[in-house]
Amino acid sequence: MTAALDRVLRHESILGLLLIATLAVLAGQSEAFFTADNLLNQGRLMAEVGLVTLPMTFVIITGGIDLSVGSIFGLCCILLGVFWQKVGMPLPVAMVAAILMGGVAGLGNGIIITRFKVPPLIATLATLALYRGLAEGIAQARSVRGYPDWFFQLGQYDFLGAPTQLWILIALFIAAAFVLGMTTFGRTIYAIGSNEVAARFSGLKVDRAKLVIYGTSGLISGLAAVIFVSRVSTTRSDMGTGLELDVITAVVLGGTSIFGGRGTIIGTGLGLILMQALKNGLALAGVKGDGTIVVIGAVLIAAILIGNLLSRNGDG
Amino acid sequence: MTLQALARPVPARSWRVVAESYGQELVILGALIVLFVGVGLYNPRFLSSTNLTSVFVGNAFIAIAAIGMSMVIISGNIDVSVGSLIGVLGTIAGTLAVNGYPIIVCWLVPILIGVVINAVVGVLVAYARIPSIVVTLGMLSILKGGLISATGGAWISNLPPEFMLAQFRLFGLPSSIYFMVILTVAAALWMRYSTFGRTIYAIGGNPEAARVTGIRIERSVVAVFAIHGMFAGIAAILFATQLQVIQSTVPPNLELTVITASVVGGVSILGGTGTVIGSTLAAILFAAIGSSLVFLNVSAYWLRAVQGLMILATVLADMARRRRI
Repeated sequence: MTAALDRVLRHESILGLLLIATLAVLAGQSEAFFTADNLLNQGRLMAEVGLVTLPMTFVIITGGIDLSVGSIFGLCCILLGVFWQKVGMPLPVAMVAAILMGGVAGLGNGIIITRFKVPPLIATLATLALYRGLAEGIAQARSVRGYPDWFFQLGQYDFLGAPTQLWILIALFIAAAFVLGMTTFGRTIYAIGSNEVAARFSGLKVDRAKLVIYGTSGLISGLAAVIFVSRVSTTRSDMGTGLELDVITAVVLGGTSIFGGRGTIIGTGLGLILMQALKNGLALAGVKGDGTIVVIGAVLIAAILIGNLLSRNGDG
Repeated sequence: MTLQALARPVPARSWRVVAESYGQELVILGALIVLFVGVGLYNPRFLSSTNLTSVFVGNAFIAIAAIGMSMVIISGNIDVSVGSLIGVLGTIAGTLAVNGYPIIVCWLVPILIGVVINAVVGVLVAYARIPSIVVTLGMLSILKGGLISATGGAWISNLPPEFMLAQFRLFGLPSSIYFMVILTVAAALWMRYSTFGRTIYAIGGNPEAARVTGIRIERSVVAVFAIHGMFAGIAAILFATQLQVIQSTVPPNLELTVITASVVGGVSILGGTGTVIGSTLAAILFAAIGSSLVFLNVSAYWLRAVQGLMILATVLADMARRRRI
């Protein structure tokens, strides 16, 4: 137990050092990096990905994966616009409805995975296509604009001196860290990831736990979508394409094992900040958006490669 | 008993055996016939030779890419980067062609690069033990981001006519169709009767058993990915030569279309079973569905939702069938 704890802590301290080094290099590279404005703005930009990394950490610790988050995100963006403008719901109701539909989409994943025993990778690959297809079919390439000014509070304005969505991210971050680290539900998640059969025979409600985490994954993707629409003030059906890549990279970079059983919310937070710092630093250094995707892809592979090498040495 | 003897297929003795071992392929074939007859009755222009040719020519490259994808999935892995790879290789082929390199170089170099890139993916999967989904997810963004930053999405035009492989015709039929049919049949026979073909099934079916039988899993997985890279290369050449211009970006969702063809064609996502005949039939079916939406006056924006439903339905049916057995 202490050995396992040591290993986790070791990964997080390595990550922390790496993060400090990256920040130092970036600060040396560009004057613009270490300004309060830039840092708060980065907090705004990483909120959507950051929110989705929280349930994804739970999902990956159980040994599963959710590739459909980007598509649920896109579907919820479209539904928000449609509920508000076509169905004629008041905007607050439309926001809640869109987020709930995200939860329904996530529950759909959970049911396919638990009830029909489809591997999560395949189930969510199928729903990745299905949910994005629904978004495209419903949207018919039309975008919805013209939201009232108060709606932009969520994505564009500040609350107590920091971007509103950063507060939401911090609150949910603390809640997720508490649930995963301090509750029996959190222990259940680790138990499923370490040995699902043993967890089942120990009387843990494995299927119910999975339904909860995949449902939450959809719900939070919906929340992130509403925040995103508020930030960019329009909806399009291709929104959130490739979101899953950013999310999984941040989680895996944060030390969560892709094979399950290991990982923390703190690690995910560090991984997220490191990734955002890399993106921001590259952008300040003049690398265009597409160049940064290359780096994220390379970092994802490298992070797991190094993690595998380290853990194999550790297991001796 | 040697592995070859164990793995040798049971000869088909009756229709029942054929129906059992080619269940999914027969279902797809039936669906194709129903679709052609049904849509043809509703709108006869669907069956015009111009439309049928464009359906086949525009999608033959998907069927060819699905051959390699099927092998990868049968071996128990997956590749979500194939769309980006085809985009990159097609752009390389076009760039070589407009710069005046010999045509054979323009065709072969991208195929070779495809083999090398995917061999690297195979090494990372087999030797570094990184799950294929993670490696190829990373590779997807490396290839896609790399391509767009290198070219800015510029169009390549003024391609020499002798480079346009997909537009060559033999006995009135476009070359893509010959490539699709010949490669599918060759790969199907090779998968069924060669030692290496059986090895792929063995690895996907039960890796532990395969290891105990003396199969070198790591080496075979690298080979499977390399072969998949070759098919992706051929697909890229046909993709790049079907129109007069090459748009140097990644065709959107191509990887999903290719995976759909494999999975709907009966390749089990759990590995170990399926044939490339099924994946080619499914690629044709999917192309026909896409084309029929237009003739049925359904918005093409629903195509992807149909695609998603098809994957989901097949996967659920596959799981149900496995549990019954």
